[in-house]
Amino acid sequence: MANIPQKVVHKYLRHNKKFPHVWCPGCSNGTTLGSIIRAIAELNYDRDGITMVSGIGCSSRMPVYVDFNTLHTLHGRALPFATGIKMTKPEQKVIVITGDGDATAIGGNHFIHACRRNIDMTAIVLNNNIYGMTGGQYSPTTPTGDRATTSPYGNIDPVFDICELAMAAGATFVARTTAFHAIETQSIIKDALEHKGFSVVEVVSSCPVIYGRLNKKGDGPEMMKYMRDNSVPLKATEKMTPEQLEGKIVRGIFKRVEKQEYCEAYAGLVAKFQNKEEAKK
Amino acid sequence: MLRKTSKSKDGQIITDGDARELMEVEITEEKENVDYKNSPVYIYYEWCKKCGICVAFCPTKCLGRKPDGSPFVEFPEKCIHCETCDRLCPDFAITGAKR
Repeated sequence: MANIPQKVVHKYLRHNKKFPHVWCPGCSNGTTLGSIIRAIAELNYDRDGITMVSGIGCSSRMPVYVDFNTLHTLHGRALPFATGIKMTKPEQKVIVITGDGDATAIGGNHFIHACRRNIDMTAIVLNNNIYGMTGGQYSPTTPTGDRATTSPYGNIDPVFDICELAMAAGATFVARTTAFHAIETQSIIKDALEHKGFSVVEVVSSCPVIYGRLNKKGDGPEMMKYMRDNSVPLKATEKMTPEQLEGKIVRGIFKRVEKQEYCEAYAGLVAKFQNKEEAKK
Repeated sequence: MLRKTSKSKDGQIITDGDARELMEVEITEEKENVDYKNSPVYIYYEWCKKCGICVAFCPTKCLGRKPDGSPFVEFPEKCIHCETCDRLCPDFAITGAKR
């Protein structure tokens, strides 16, 4: 480890892994990882009590660098693996890290059904608008008209709104934030971790090397400035007209309700039939 | 103060006194009572990818960039210990020391 003053973040990193990490210069995945670690440190969770699960993608490289129980699984299938872990060990705090393509395209079905089930875990979706690791194919969240390596003349597909999708599918905590707003990300992830039920946090992040280069959006700092200038908090949107809201990223907690949790329902079912068996004896 | 900059004839800033080795010497001198007045921010150059985020978002512009793009503390007296660089650095390579 580096001989620098150890901060909170450095306590949770795996220093035997190869640092500097795999992400490109200016990629905001590292910033988000810092926010996640700070949220966990603020809540003072035990390191062995947290399981971090991820699929395939740039963002899904995250669990490799943190010192929790970690699982790096199939493309799009992080949520089924996490469901299995949560069912067998309900006392574990399960965090799922996925990308936009991982969650909404390849694992789209798993995503909506995890939302419907309301199982107690936190899904953090890092939305960088492109499949970065596999070479820049367009994803369901690539804005219409933007370029990717598989849409060199502009993407004609309409866009998925991850938060609306999660709300419609029945997730009980849905929020959106950007990687630039690190303090807000930290507090929202803290709320999501404390929430009982399926919580989805969409973190709008940047891909300066592939998405930024193909669409001439500039380097890392430029894309972070874009997030700063083009995002509005949820409270401020009440006074804004639809024209003003066009092209803006709305940040905030959209939904927060209490519903029956899946593991509790399952435990209740088991207890019900165990009591029946005991009554028979 | 660490900085010893001088301007060459074509206007380019030469930061010979602020070479990588010099900064790392200071970084390795980790003690309980670090003199924060001299170095408000610690930079770990082996992890830095020179993306420029810390320099771009420093609210008081106390960080500068070397000719190769990596950051250095240009005006240590300007630092307000806000930890913005610490939070925004994607590489965990810069840590702001609290007062």
